[in-house]
Amino acid sequence: MLRLIAKRLLLAIPSLIGVVIVTFLLTRALPGDPAAYFAGPAATKVAIEQIRQKLGLDQSLPVQFVQYVRDLARGDMGSALTTGQPVAAEIRARLPASAELTLLGLIFSVAIAVPLGVLAATRPNSLIDHACRVVSTAGVSLPVFFTGLILVYVFYYQLGWAPAPLGRLDVFFSPPPQVTGFYLIDSVIAGDWGLFRASLNQLILPALTLCIFSLAPIARMTRASMLAVLASDFVRTARASGLSPFTVIYTYAFRNAMLPVVTTLGMVFSFLLGANVLVEKVFAWPGIGSYAVEALIASDFAPVQGFVLTMAVMYVALNLLIDILYGLIDPRVRIEA
Amino acid sequence: MSETIPLLDIRDLTVEFATRRGTVRAVQHIDISLAKGETLAIVGESGSGKSVTSYAVMRILDRAGRIAEGTVTFSGIDVSTMSEREMRNLRGREISMIFQNPRAALNPIRKVGHQIEDVLMQHAQAGSQDKTDKAIAILEQVRIARPQERYHAYPFELSGGMCQRVVIALALACRPQLLIADEPTTGLDVTTQKTVMDLIVELTRERAMSTILITHDLGLAAAYCDRVVVMEKGNVVETAASGSIFKAPAHAYTKRLMRATPRPGVALSDLLPEGETLPSAPKPKTNGAAEPRPSNREPLLVVDNLVKEYPRKGATPSLAKLFKRNGHAAAPELATFRAVDGISFTVHRGESVGLVGESGCGKSTTSTTVMRLIDVSSGSITFDGEDIGAIPAKSFARLPLRKRIQMVFQDPTDSLNPRFTAARAIADPILQLGDIKGSAAVRARCEELARQVGLPVELLDRFPHQLSGGQKARVGIARAIALNPDLVILDEPTAALDVSVQAVVLNLLQVLKEQLGMSYLFVSHDLHVVRLLCDRVIVMKAGSIVEEGSTEQVMSAPQADYTRELLAAVPHPPV
Repeated sequence: MLRLIAKRLLLAIPSLIGVVIVTFLLTRALPGDPAAYFAGPAATKVAIEQIRQKLGLDQSLPVQFVQYVRDLARGDMGSALTTGQPVAAEIRARLPASAELTLLGLIFSVAIAVPLGVLAATRPNSLIDHACRVVSTAGVSLPVFFTGLILVYVFYYQLGWAPAPLGRLDVFFSPPPQVTGFYLIDSVIAGDWGLFRASLNQLILPALTLCIFSLAPIARMTRASMLAVLASDFVRTARASGLSPFTVIYTYAFRNAMLPVVTTLGMVFSFLLGANVLVEKVFAWPGIGSYAVEALIASDFAPVQGFVLTMAVMYVALNLLIDILYGLIDPRVRIEA
Repeated sequence: MSETIPLLDIRDLTVEFATRRGTVRAVQHIDISLAKGETLAIVGESGSGKSVTSYAVMRILDRAGRIAEGTVTFSGIDVSTMSEREMRNLRGREISMIFQNPRAALNPIRKVGHQIEDVLMQHAQAGSQDKTDKAIAILEQVRIARPQERYHAYPFELSGGMCQRVVIALALACRPQLLIADEPTTGLDVTTQKTVMDLIVELTRERAMSTILITHDLGLAAAYCDRVVVMEKGNVVETAASGSIFKAPAHAYTKRLMRATPRPGVALSDLLPEGETLPSAPKPKTNGAAEPRPSNREPLLVVDNLVKEYPRKGATPSLAKLFKRNGHAAAPELATFRAVDGISFTVHRGESVGLVGESGCGKSTTSTTVMRLIDVSSGSITFDGEDIGAIPAKSFARLPLRKRIQMVFQDPTDSLNPRFTAARAIADPILQLGDIKGSAAVRARCEELARQVGLPVELLDRFPHQLSGGQKARVGIARAIALNPDLVILDEPTAALDVSVQAVVLNLLQVLKEQLGMSYLFVSHDLHVVRLLCDRVIVMKAGSIVEEGSTEQVMSAPQADYTRELLAAVPHPPV
């Protein structure tokens, strides 16, 4: 197992180097002149040139790159031009917001989609099978911002059950002392249950929006994979041995069917993490996605580079986690390592 | 035997399946009864309903299948009216089942010991205190060496024969009264088949159990069973004691099945139904087909000291490099595994050579290397005077030489592209390498080939799933001979076919060889099939040749112990 982890980490190094190079080049290739943008519309040519020199943009690309890598090695991702804030600090503050939202959305999604898929597979063409199909099709065909807005309209505006969609916490609360950056966990650590409730209330609608969107791939994969496993020889053996339906479905079929589902989960999670920009916009969520988009529009190099790099690291970590999970479920993977 | 109450009594059983094309009756009004302690064989070809009958007894039919009529009485209780809960208590405890393909029959991600425990716990044969001890004891009873260690093994860590022992252990764990073995040894080597069958018979006799053996192999049925039931297309056509049924088969179908089974002392044409010869293939036309070549003793293929090595599992070069510190790197002699270990043989023009051995002996590696699909590690392969072993496998596919060596694969279904029609599959080599241009000319050649292999021309536009096993085998053969090759490698071409279809396909191969003057390298695990078609036989074991000689000599006076063992392991109906 340790070997597998070590091997995966070694394999991740080249891709991370690649990401560093590509993001550097891509941000340089972006249209727009950061110096001109930073100097403002009324600046003179000389002023722009001075800013360019200050930012080091007059240097050749290789020199800029070496400087960039040297800063990166010290943990310095540069500062955003628009706000002047260091990118590393900004990402550290915003990443937990996005991660908490995405994780909760995924947990909701798994909690609904996996049982739904299993039930649909064990009762093909039943009511629940059709329900599974309808829910997953609807979920994937409605755009995230639309479901988000509908949820806000119904639960905040009409019913008044949900708080205003304005960020991670109601204005009356102040964030818990930071340990993990996840408000839910930090508030529990601080023992502040009122705060826990408040942050959960804020989280539920956006998490539900992501959940609805990610239901489809997980439910469909669970159903398909369960159907294949239920038709396999070893399930027939289990049935012929008189094992109870629970043992057959859970111990024999479900654990085998989980393998492709785990892969799908990883893909869905990494996809959601980057793509929940719209949800963050709708719910005024101070996440990493909206941060990156704003920086991109402003031709602000440093945040974009920082964002892409963070995502790459997250992606590598996530894949590692999935491989480990795979190894835990399937003994055959352990041997290959 | 007949005066006592039967343990299992199947009366007027009809099983239906709901399919897209309406209801299909897989089994129609059959009667089978089995006495206590009796061993009964149900014999038949694919589609005869023999497996469906056993699933009906266990009530584990697919969702689409149901018992439409009749009763199944097990020790006085009607199984067909039992509730699902009662049925569960019966399964595994009173009636249990062994399946074919033992590796797939076990949960791949659960330790075999735990799988045995599941069954013991389900039927209250063990508690959480003694389950491990009991599971190990059962593994010991099915003669698994080092049972304590194997208890923790996963199915993929065990050989096929070992997996089948675990499946037997599962089936016998709760000491049932009836064991149904559905093709328990299909896919296992002949020597493994013998040990597995001997084990089943010994254990069931010891426990005074009744056994139903479902098989397509008449030899197996005769060797191990008291009585034989012959099924054809969902009907029981004959029931008789196994001692008499083969000496005096009463039903025409039984006779046909008997004839088609390869056995000592019969010629290839004897396998075909009485008075029937092969649908005569038209004489090849002079333009497209090859001229008959003289079958003199000119060597066509000379393999000299061929070696093929593979890296051992878990010792891939890149990993070895990564973890080479502290001198922990694998010793060089452990890093590779010799699948083929310095073998030499010759195939002459117009000759058929059989390559026989059990799984893992290197026969398939040899044939794929000769086919130039994989590269040799050392040694030479000379084809018609040219050293083709030196040509990398990657570039061989584009050489004109490719046309002259073709292959017929083991599984007629898996070796055809499911999205290609039969005509497209046959035309494929012509389009890739042939010199026939224009779709009309290619089509004409396909039709000619179809006639040659006895495939009705109107079937050419069908897809593989619309063809029967025998028809697919014919498509595979037509594809292989499309470019008039000199050498055809036949890799167990009939292993997946029923005996009656096998008889026809073997005869067809013989006719084609004579007509087209080809040489065959026939790879098989079954000496008796090889004998029918081949002039010479090579017996391989663990990557080396243990015996080589003319077929008659090897079969009648085998020199190597291993050959004797192989010959003795094949069960035969008493002729």
